[in-house]
Amino acid sequence: MEAPVIESKVPAWRAAFTRFLAEHPAAQFGAQSRRDAFERFEAHGLPTRRHEYWRYTPLRALDPDQALASKGGDPFAAVDGYRLVFVDGVMDASRSDHLALGAAIDVADGSKDCSWVDIVAEDARAHTAVERPFAELNRALCSHGLAARIPAGVKLDKPILLRYEGAQPAHLRVGLLVEDGAEVTVLESGAGALTMLIEARVGSGASLHHLRAQTELVDRQFASLFARVLEGGHFASFTLAADAALIRNETMLDLTGDEARGHVAGGVLGRAGSVIDNTVFVTHAALKGESRQVFKNVLDEDGRGVFQGKILVRKGAQKTDGYQISQSILLDERAEFDAKPELEIYADDVACSHGSTSGAIDETALFYLRSRGVDRRTAESLLVAAFIEEAIAEIADEDLQEVMRGEVARWMTERAG
Amino acid sequence: MLTIKNLHCQLEDEPETRILKGLDLTVEAGKVHAIMGPNGSGKSTLSYVLSGRDGYEVTDGSATLQGADLLEMEPEERAAAGLFLAFQYPVEIPGVGNMTFLREALNSQRKARGEEPVSAGDFLKLVREKAKTLDISPEMLKRAVNVGFSGGEKKRNEILQMAVLEPKLCILDETDSGLDVDAMKLVAEGVNALRSPDRGFLVITHYQRLLDHIQPDVVHIMAQGRIIQTGGPELALKVENEGYADLLKDLA
Repeated sequence: MEAPVIESKVPAWRAAFTRFLAEHPAAQFGAQSRRDAFERFEAHGLPTRRHEYWRYTPLRALDPDQALASKGGDPFAAVDGYRLVFVDGVMDASRSDHLALGAAIDVADGSKDCSWVDIVAEDARAHTAVERPFAELNRALCSHGLAARIPAGVKLDKPILLRYEGAQPAHLRVGLLVEDGAEVTVLESGAGALTMLIEARVGSGASLHHLRAQTELVDRQFASLFARVLEGGHFASFTLAADAALIRNETMLDLTGDEARGHVAGGVLGRAGSVIDNTVFVTHAALKGESRQVFKNVLDEDGRGVFQGKILVRKGAQKTDGYQISQSILLDERAEFDAKPELEIYADDVACSHGSTSGAIDETALFYLRSRGVDRRTAESLLVAAFIEEAIAEIADEDLQEVMRGEVARWMTERAG
Repeated sequence: MLTIKNLHCQLEDEPETRILKGLDLTVEAGKVHAIMGPNGSGKSTLSYVLSGRDGYEVTDGSATLQGADLLEMEPEERAAAGLFLAFQYPVEIPGVGNMTFLREALNSQRKARGEEPVSAGDFLKLVREKAKTLDISPEMLKRAVNVGFSGGEKKRNEILQMAVLEPKLCILDETDSGLDVDAMKLVAEGVNALRSPDRGFLVITHYQRLLDHIQPDVVHIMAQGRIIQTGGPELALKVENEGYADLLKDLA
């Protein structure tokens, strides 16, 4: 029987997917879930401005094979940790600490029972409020990544560093099961991923800290992060994104345990031709949850920043404390910032607030600094650093805060030069 | 030291609003000049025009500091040339540490003058020493610039900056506003400590009381954008006793 011929909305991606399955025999084991994911992506198609959450973010075409350029160096190069280096979407074992990591925690490698891997994937799939086509694309095409279980009570001594290199438009997928009371920090950097997907579950009293540096990008990157946080668990994520044709970061947070905490923060540095979009969806589904979204955008020339942040408080999620702020400094009158804050609340005893501001640099403060002898560019750098500090302060680790401050200073120096 | 001739200025956005209308003033090194005048006479505008704030357009006249044309310079160049304005309303800058700010200011000025930057150790020593005489606690130094400072603390912080930057010409714009007597004394002591034969002061004030603590050599009365009378300290006392009405009636 011949399969019915249906014209794909995304023929180039359909061809890429068919080729991927042919070239990766190992992918046959999960082929059905890959096919399902691809079909969901295909049914949705590439997002356009007609899709509610893509109104401000122009995508136009996306070529599956277009090489990815990079610039600059790894901000986390000096950070000590378990480093996993992926080149063109495949782990480079010679440069990776996968063996040491495998000794410290449980890393899925096909040789043992890893049925727990499905837990986090199911958590993420349960988050169906809005379609996430790039997460689906990643599920269909991921070539490598990490599936790790941090056993109950284990506090991993060093961060896991995920490093994406190479020019291939790769798709990397990470599953993290942070069991009760466990603690782990995960860092991501590099331009060698077109899509990244992190699916995580943060157990009772557990904590997952995530940092992402998108400072080396030139082209495009689509990062999706799903985290479900159980009772008293803590999830915190910070992303610094700078100058790329298009960056879209989607963070979907489900606080399903009482007193769960979820913090999503970010800094955006955008100049000529760059579009950087942070889209966050926090769901409060239990008592006394606390969430914070803190995003600071610094936009120069015709750089564009987009922030879409939603707080959904489900019925019964009483005593929820939800906070959201997105702000931008426009250093040039051509720069643009679009913010779409949303609150949707079905519980009656909650405290939720959101705010968004956008404007030029504070002229009064600028004059004050200059009147003391600080030149205009340096004064602007000081004010920008101060502006973005509120987001950087969301990072728990002071050394990592300093890494991010260094990246902001470097960006401002490039500007002055 | 400071020479202002026939200075005219208007608001950039409202050219019909002319504020300075032919102001002449000379401040010599080692002297303290006070400018008094009723509200709206243009006193604060004068301080802003001299320090280079945006929003004012100079249409005529000149202002030089030790022969250098102030009006041609950017605000930071004026500072490096030795001009300092103690603000009437010091600006709060959240996120920028007081020490970071002071060090950046000092070293920027030194760089502009072709001098070596001050080392972190020397800088710390310098600031601590100056802060102590102004009763500024180490905790205040650690905070963001002027954030959470009381009115008196803000004014003391201005004088601290002055002490660290060692300008040639200090303009104090209504430094006494919002201060109680004790705070004013402390600020005045800080200013007096900086008096020296090679430094000039221009003290702008609405009231005479500050001048009890910072003794001026010369007092000017400003009204309608010009200096209308110049005299010694006794002129300030006259204003204190009789008000401005008598001095202004000839202008009407």
